[in-house]
Amino acid sequence: MTRYFTKDHEWIEVDGGNATVGITDYAQSQLGDITYVDLPAAGASFGAGDTAAVVDSVKAASDIYCPVGGTVTETNGALEGEPELVNTQAESGGWLFRMTLADAGQLGALMDQAAYEAYVKEL
Amino acid sequence: MRYLPLSEADRAAMLARIGATGIDDLFADVPKGLLLDGPVKGLPNHASEMAVERHMAALAGQNLAAGSAPFFLGAGAYRHHVPASVDHLIQRGEFLTAYTPYQPEIAQGTLQVLFEFQTQVARLFGTDLANASMYDGSTACWEAIAMATRVTKRSRAVLSAGLHPHYVATAQTMARFTGDTLVAATPQLVAEADDAALIAAIDGETACVVVQYPDVLGRIPDLARIAAAAQAQGALLVAVVTEPVALGLIEAPGKLGADIVVGEGQALGVGLQFGGPYLGLFGTREKYVRQMPGRLCGETVDAEGRRGYVLTLSTREQHIRREKATSNICTNAGLCALAFSIHMSLLGGAGLERLAQLSHQRARETAAALGAIPGVRVLNDAFVNEFAVVLPKDARTVVRDLADCGVLGGVSLGRLYPGATGLANGLLVATSELNTDEDIAALVAALKEVLA
Amino acid sequence: MSAPNAAGWRPEMSAAEGAAPPTSSGDRGLMLEEKLIFELAAPGGCGVDLDQPQGEVSPALGRFRRAEPAALPGLSEPEVVRHYTRLSRQNYAIDLGPFPLGSCTMKHNPRLNERVARLPGFADVHPLQPVQTVQGALAVINELAHWLITLTGMHGVAMSPKAGAHGELCGVLCIKAALEARGEHRPVMLVPESAHGTNPATAAFAGFAIESIPAGPDGRIDLAALKGRLGPDVAGVMITNPNTCGLFERDLKTIADAVHAAGGYVYCDGANFNAIVGKVRPGDLGVDAMHINLHKTFSTPHGGGGPGSGPVVLSEALSPFGPLPFTARQADGSIRLIEEADAAAAGHPHGFGRMAAFHGQMGMFTRALTYILSHGADGLRQVAEDAVLNANYVLRSLDDVLEAPYGHAGPCMHEALFTDHGMAEGFTTLDVAKGLIDEGFHPMTVYFPLVVHGAMLVEPTECESKDGLDRFIGSLRAVAERAKAGDPSLKAAPHHAPRRRLDETAAARKPVLVWRDPA
Repeated sequence: MTRYFTKDHEWIEVDGGNATVGITDYAQSQLGDITYVDLPAAGASFGAGDTAAVVDSVKAASDIYCPVGGTVTETNGALEGEPELVNTQAESGGWLFRMTLADAGQLGALMDQAAYEAYVKEL
Repeated sequence: MRYLPLSEADRAAMLARIGATGIDDLFADVPKGLLLDGPVKGLPNHASEMAVERHMAALAGQNLAAGSAPFFLGAGAYRHHVPASVDHLIQRGEFLTAYTPYQPEIAQGTLQVLFEFQTQVARLFGTDLANASMYDGSTACWEAIAMATRVTKRSRAVLSAGLHPHYVATAQTMARFTGDTLVAATPQLVAEADDAALIAAIDGETACVVVQYPDVLGRIPDLARIAAAAQAQGALLVAVVTEPVALGLIEAPGKLGADIVVGEGQALGVGLQFGGPYLGLFGTREKYVRQMPGRLCGETVDAEGRRGYVLTLSTREQHIRREKATSNICTNAGLCALAFSIHMSLLGGAGLERLAQLSHQRARETAAALGAIPGVRVLNDAFVNEFAVVLPKDARTVVRDLADCGVLGGVSLGRLYPGATGLANGLLVATSELNTDEDIAALVAALKEVLA
Repeated sequence: MSAPNAAGWRPEMSAAEGAAPPTSSGDRGLMLEEKLIFELAAPGGCGVDLDQPQGEVSPALGRFRRAEPAALPGLSEPEVVRHYTRLSRQNYAIDLGPFPLGSCTMKHNPRLNERVARLPGFADVHPLQPVQTVQGALAVINELAHWLITLTGMHGVAMSPKAGAHGELCGVLCIKAALEARGEHRPVMLVPESAHGTNPATAAFAGFAIESIPAGPDGRIDLAALKGRLGPDVAGVMITNPNTCGLFERDLKTIADAVHAAGGYVYCDGANFNAIVGKVRPGDLGVDAMHINLHKTFSTPHGGGGPGSGPVVLSEALSPFGPLPFTARQADGSIRLIEEADAAAAGHPHGFGRMAAFHGQMGMFTRALTYILSHGADGLRQVAEDAVLNANYVLRSLDDVLEAPYGHAGPCMHEALFTDHGMAEGFTTLDVAKGLIDEGFHPMTVYFPLVVHGAMLVEPTECESKDGLDRFIGSLRAVAERAKAGDPSLKAAPHHAPRRRLDETAAARKPVLVWRDPA
């Protein structure tokens, strides 16, 4: 399994043709207390960069972009009752949705862990 | 000028502090030629309190106030007795001159009122939740349609023939620009609303069916039956209540399966006011809370653990979501919501029931008296406090002639449905606890004279 | 004879010592807590004396009858008066002190306006009464319309919109209707990034795609960027003037000419018209549509969040598309109400219909007209001048302690903009706002506009005296200095309000929006 990162602070962990998507710990720290996560419907298809979810804090609603194109297979039901999981476990239990990849080649445009850490350090 | 505290000496000292030589230094960014060199031409200068009051009182005197004539108008705006304490309390400066409660630590008064208001509306409507109010019933009705399109991801709304034509027109204005499809119809002068025709119009592409309850002719549609039909097609039922007092007698729409209940709250606490400001009511199911338009007040605790209230779920709203907001609404009708809430706190559920019974009683008496006039037919079998009669001639003329006799006798269907010749002889008559036996006798006598 | 001050404090007594003890009631002197109305009484009572209904409910209603009355308490008048009076005392209000909310314009509400609005001839009139019985009410609409048209130098006005955002919608719909009438499809509306949130929300609602126009370094629209974006796909531009940084858009006339040359329309957000009323006519600036918040410029009460009223003045190009109904004075002096039946005959065949059920916010019209007649053309001009003078006085009295991002560029209009620059680590605009609450003031607008960091937008209005301004300035200075010094007590402010800071996260995560009976 390999984890990639976007400049918009999403992470995507790829396992063959399937992947899990969430936002990074850095992103959650910038957003503050998450109050609600608007997740896509299973079966929804997105292109790379499309808005796939919305993460609400008290005073802001932030669009979450699909890192690569694909189709949603499952969403994280635990977030319905506990949106704070995105704060406490952004890169594990606070994942947002799972998807199948339309074109694994799009992953090449993303960053690896080291590159993302360097990117965040520059912000 | 009695409203401006600065003296000439103050102004001079302040300009000196700023480093300006004159007031127009501060308007230096206005391009030359666009800054007026004196008061706008063609308008009078300031006037004393006495002079202004005299002018406005003269204009007020040119109107026939509802309270000074036998009065039987409804059709979306209703006259009930408003207890004196309501107007006294809404004039307290801390309510009247406060802003939207964005700083909750110093706005708990307004916020607690909104929380109580939301609870009162939800219990009146039989819905899980209600919002903190909207502009009026007609705009709330459109907001319900828009919400239904978001929930169902469909764009077709079926409007009942009994929906107030101004509500239909308001929705049509909006739908013309959003591209949603509205299916509307004109009512027929028959005793019962055509629920079957409405149900037949619901299809698998329908986002919602919008039903006024009681309808514009005072008839009472079978909401439970329509709700079941809507649900079978995956559509929502939007119930529209223009006379909240009617809900003292007939079942709450939420209890009958309505998914969204909207209404005009003016009848309680607010008054007629020639059409505004009024009070939009909006209730729905808990599961749709994040699709709701308008402000919401929620309970929480403060840093010391004390109960308190805040505006919440504001990420739905325009000031955060901008072009992705659920609605462009900004202002609600806070002071009207306060008036409604105070009136409701005095009445309670028991008082509302009695108020509805009294209004209904007057309607039964009025209907019986009008129905006894030769050539006049009462349309409805069932009604609460508003019903339709069919006259032997054009009701628009009759209404004007009644006014010349000093009687405000109702609303003609010709005014509401211009061009619908089949409705021209229809007259809507509404009553409330304020109508006396003498009022009813005066209406009957005047109508006989006008029809003679 | 007993001593007149036997029960009071005398200098020979020692000062009371120690922290105030808690009270058994939870109330503290005049700081009164208040339960919810549902906790004060159970359903079943009624505080209104109503006759016993004589006769039965119609048998035809039987199957529709409510199973049980709404579960709502009805309290006696003394209980209700006390409940709401106690609640009212937990509110800050313009009657208590300055309410310097930038862009919201909280000015004094003259009480004559309230008296006039309650005259039975205005308050107790039904919107569908025969027009011969409401000539005075129609005259109010007509007279106010005349003032609005004349003060703005525009061609027409739509009176029915129910609030500012509703007026915006009306104006944008007029633009859309005008484009449709020309047979043109222009899908894009340009909106500066400093705009009120209602602008993009409204344009999106009307089906336009929103494109943001950046601000230049002087806080005004980037003229070159805007001109570069104009083209056959652009319906128009929505501009606030004075803008939300409190600055006059110097180039508006140039912008309007360019927009018109490119076939578009200019919508002006009139939220800040109070800064220029009587001094500048928007019609002279090339504006095609502008809503006027009667509760801002013409001081109808905000009432804790409405009702508002948002008439829209229209240029000659857009007037034919305004909504129904409207008033028209006849040759015989009487006033007609033009509704659907008469629109075409009255020369208004292209109007886009109704914005709402009736004729607009009559209760606001009477108040606004009363305000306007009281001030007159000369007084309204003085209103704008004093509002601008007061704002500049605040700006120049505080720009040494708070960063004024555009202060170097010249005077502001009716509101002074500051940022959080220079505060101690971890201290924010929010802390300053909460500190002001402890000082007895309502905070300024915070975090708006979005174009500067940690915005604080102060709008004193013309209704503050110089002494009042000096007190406010002194308090804001003191709080700002605490924020710069990193005074930890400021992070916990307010200390002295009816409530401390509230947990808004908990409120949003698990919303409790109605009261439920304890299980």
